[in-house]
Amino acid sequence: MTDALLDDAAQKEAAARKASAKGSVLYLDGVSVSFDGFRALNELSLVLAPGEMRAIIGPNGAGKTTMMDVITGKTRPDEGEVLFDGTHDLTMLDEAEIANLGIGRKFQKPTVFEFHTVADNIRLALKGPRTTRSALFGARNRIPDDAIDEVLSRVRLIEHRARPAGDLSHGQKQWLEIGMLLAQDPKLLLVDEPVAGMTDAETEDTAELLREIATRHSVVVVEHDMSFVRALGVKVTCLHEGSVLAEGRIDVVSADERVIEVYLGR
Amino acid sequence: MRVFAVLALFAALALPAAAASLQETLARFAANDFSETAKAIDEIAESGAPQAASLIDALLNRRLAVTPDGGVFFTDAQGRAFDALTGSPVAAVPKGAQLVRTNNKLRGQIENSLGTLRLQAPDPAKRREAAEIVLRARDVSALPAVRTALSREQDPVIAKVLRETEAALVLSRPDATTEQKTLAISILRARSDQDAIAALRAATAGAPFAIAQEARRAIVAIEKRLEVQAAMQNVWYGLSLGSVLLLAAIGLAITFGVMGVINMAHGEMVMLGAYTTFVVQEVFRAYAPGAFDFSLLVALPLAFLVAGLVGIAIERGIIRFLYGRPLETLLATWGVSLILQQAVRTAFGPTNREVGNPSFMSGAFDLWGLQITYGRLWIVVFTLVVFAGLLLLLKATSFGLRMRAVTQNRRMAASMGIPTARVDALTFGLGSGIAGIAGVALSQIDNVSPNLGQSYIIDSFMVVVFGGVGSLWGTFVSAFALGIANKLMEPVAGAVLAKIVILVLLILFIQKRPRGLFALKGRAVES
Amino acid sequence: MITRMIVSALGDRGSLVFLGLLGVAALFVALSNLLLPPGSALHVPIHIVALLGKYVCYATLAVALDLVWGYCGILSLGHGAFFALGGYAMGMYLMRQVGTRGVYADPVLPDFMVFLNWKELPWFWHGFDSFPFSMLMVALVPGLLAFVFGWFAFRSRVTGVYLSIITQAMTYALMLAFFRNDMGFGGNNGLTDFKDIVGFNVQAQPTRIALFLISVAVLALTYAVARVLVTSTFGKVLVAIRDAESRARFLGYRVESYKLVVFVVSACMAGVAGALYVPQVGIINPGEFAPANSIEAVIWVAVGGRGTLTGAALGAVVVNAMKTTFTSGLLAPYWLFMLGGLFVLVTLALPKGIVGTLQGWFAKRGEAKRVETSEPSPPPEAPAAGKAESAS
Repeated sequence: MTDALLDDAAQKEAAARKASAKGSVLYLDGVSVSFDGFRALNELSLVLAPGEMRAIIGPNGAGKTTMMDVITGKTRPDEGEVLFDGTHDLTMLDEAEIANLGIGRKFQKPTVFEFHTVADNIRLALKGPRTTRSALFGARNRIPDDAIDEVLSRVRLIEHRARPAGDLSHGQKQWLEIGMLLAQDPKLLLVDEPVAGMTDAETEDTAELLREIATRHSVVVVEHDMSFVRALGVKVTCLHEGSVLAEGRIDVVSADERVIEVYLGR
Repeated sequence: MRVFAVLALFAALALPAAAASLQETLARFAANDFSETAKAIDEIAESGAPQAASLIDALLNRRLAVTPDGGVFFTDAQGRAFDALTGSPVAAVPKGAQLVRTNNKLRGQIENSLGTLRLQAPDPAKRREAAEIVLRARDVSALPAVRTALSREQDPVIAKVLRETEAALVLSRPDATTEQKTLAISILRARSDQDAIAALRAATAGAPFAIAQEARRAIVAIEKRLEVQAAMQNVWYGLSLGSVLLLAAIGLAITFGVMGVINMAHGEMVMLGAYTTFVVQEVFRAYAPGAFDFSLLVALPLAFLVAGLVGIAIERGIIRFLYGRPLETLLATWGVSLILQQAVRTAFGPTNREVGNPSFMSGAFDLWGLQITYGRLWIVVFTLVVFAGLLLLLKATSFGLRMRAVTQNRRMAASMGIPTARVDALTFGLGSGIAGIAGVALSQIDNVSPNLGQSYIIDSFMVVVFGGVGSLWGTFVSAFALGIANKLMEPVAGAVLAKIVILVLLILFIQKRPRGLFALKGRAVES
Repeated sequence: MITRMIVSALGDRGSLVFLGLLGVAALFVALSNLLLPPGSALHVPIHIVALLGKYVCYATLAVALDLVWGYCGILSLGHGAFFALGGYAMGMYLMRQVGTRGVYADPVLPDFMVFLNWKELPWFWHGFDSFPFSMLMVALVPGLLAFVFGWFAFRSRVTGVYLSIITQAMTYALMLAFFRNDMGFGGNNGLTDFKDIVGFNVQAQPTRIALFLISVAVLALTYAVARVLVTSTFGKVLVAIRDAESRARFLGYRVESYKLVVFVVSACMAGVAGALYVPQVGIINPGEFAPANSIEAVIWVAVGGRGTLTGAALGAVVVNAMKTTFTSGLLAPYWLFMLGGLFVLVTLALPKGIVGTLQGWFAKRGEAKRVETSEPSPPPEAPAAGKAESAS
């Protein structure tokens, strides 16, 4: 394959993507971010269809977390388009507005409210109004326990509902955070390294949980663990130096010469 | 130089005596009548008598007296009595002598004639001063004296002043030609100060149109120059204030900027440095008063050691238990600051202690019309040296490398065998030590009291935050920017209001750019 | 709904003990001063009543500060400014009440204005002859400053020590401003020589007792409001923001709105505390804005236990009682050593403060007891957590 052919193919792909902005749940086009001269994202383009689950892989510094930051409004891109549901320009909104549009995020390091009980963590996450007024005297104070318990049983934390979240094990915190995502009931879930530090059994459970979630939500999973990605069995995007290196089924991507090169440094 | 002055003196003495003899002149005082006295003054000034200047000076200062029998006596500033006629000393002014009265009009005249008289004085500084006085007074009758003085003057600087004086007088003379006046205007324009403006302004009244126009143009030009000069002067004050701010903040730029430790006792480190200077100077005063000028040189390393050791003690004793808990560090170090203040208050008393300036720190000089004091100049230079030294230490030594390694990634540094705890302690000691030597410099321009540190702490934090935490150059730029902004605003708003405005602007700025002017960006910042 | 929230907020053991003790102590002080003869061992002299009234005002300030620091993680080093502004609003009312009894006997202008040769009242002094208007300003002015300051600071996400430093700069700038004569607040000397308040002589014994009782009532009210706030979901969101601000944001909470609400409420509380402080100490001057005062208030909260509300109030009284005891007499030169030592000690050895440490201790003992008595035990964590929740 020559470079010219590559460019041609890329251009066609970009054109096709543009056309697909309408029907997509997430649409990134030509997104670039740089920190003090270092390009964390370099004209990154990515399209996610409604209901799709996508795994993002890539070596350290490939721009995976920065991509999540751009989608959730934590980082403003220097250039490029980021659309949600084909209509909402995410670059103009802040984190809270984006979250309320229906994008949920799980951090790389599990982040839960450690001083609150497991149940309260879910209570704060549950879908509904989040204004100061609703929290003071309004709807937020009238959340039925059933709604909380339903989420907790899905993430298998129901017997821990009264424990402070800080007392949970690392894996349990990961699940609590996923539970909080479920409680938010977002259209799109961004999940950053959900199985880091988990045992094999827990990893399998998590894969199953994510597959189950993906039946009702669009999901983007960032993960290093190849066997986990394989277990998900979804389309994979490999990032390298801030742009897409390869995209497709896991066995295709993992067989790609360039992917092997960036991973193994050959 | 001195030879010329003496020659000039002899020349002055050789002048032919004026029409009236000194005796007749002095007789006028006996009348003790203002108009007679006025005549006497002029005649004395023209007499060329050696005692003329002291005589008129005595009149001005109410030390000239007449006896009922017409004898005139005066005393000098030390109280010695002289006979006015002979100029020779006498035992005392005879009893019954009456002081010669003067009024405001006479005083003006006396000052003018004193000016004319002193134009011939042997001391160059006196001659120059006299020329300035005549220039300011613009008494046209002094013109011949000025010209005579000018013809004899050997000192080029004084000659220039005399020429300017001549120009000012020429402008005030209705009979001067247009060329003379034009030349005079250009000389005064070159002089370019308030006195020149005054002389030119006087010249515009009743002068021919062309001359008046020329004078007005000169005034505008001078005023513009003066404005620029005033601005420059303020910029210099600003630089000076900026260097003080930088000195106070530079240690903080390390402890807060590099290590992330909020050290509210930072100001007290400055104070310790200042008190170290005081103690060193006391020792010098007691044992080696001759070498007093070297006291600061001794105080510098000592202050660094004292403040640095106290800093290390604080780090080992308190701060190391609080890494990662900045708000707690803030409170604990505030407690330390209270303890240090009280300790110093107990040891040295609550009042200001006297810290002397060595000779090279006192005095001032003139640079393109700017008044620059040596003390301030040395502090600016010293600040720049300290800053450069610190940069060098951080960028070019292995300690600096280790320090940066520890602050960037503690665990990685530790696993590479860097003793992180020791580096922490030394870094904190370095920041505190620099605060200490800042104290040596600040003791020269500020009151040395237990509250010294308190007055710098908020400013220092603002400087570091404004510049961008973690950026030494940011601290540098921010200190000078704040110093200059403050001083430029002061003439308009007054000192206190300027300070308030700067604080409010800073608060607003931090809202806009919470990480300061030279902020670090990227993911690393978040963690 | 709201009544239920209040009942549940104040129905816990800590609140009942606190409010009960507060009420009993206040009644005892008031009655002993009024009814017992001066010679009696239990008689509380009037100057002690005024002193206690001062402590109670400080306690109110501490509760307000704990609300923002303990629950939302905003370490304000400028709460003294809100306290002082409330105090100045009250001081202005009291100055207007002086009328012709001033040294210069001007019916409208306070003495210092006559002294400065001012001819008429500055615009911002109008209205302060009215008690209701002044009381409104007592809360409104600090609230407004907090709103403007917080609006900018929280929107631009100034957090942590940066926020602390700019709050300190705020109170410092205000101090410099109030020291200026042409600000129109009496400059250096501030406002003093008050005569009466709503028609009663401020120096008179019944007025002093009434002011003391009102201060206690305001402390109780402040505590109740704070308690309702922190036990509602609003309080849970505050704690969530304190512990993981970005998590809260990514859940869709407008962090800045929550911070703004709690900051403004807290500033209003501090203002009211300052307003009650002024008639009891008889003066308000720019020194109240000094950054050191605000930091001292922080140490009261830390000593008592942040995030406990009761602890904040307790800490204010304990530290100030110590201050009063030690700043007079033999130990006076050592007071700053003690205060400084207290800062160090509390942060290093007692990070939870008195009440926080006691709570943890009780919770642990309760847990141990329950494990002993109930066999077979449920999962040990669950009851412990339940206990901790009800105790906090």
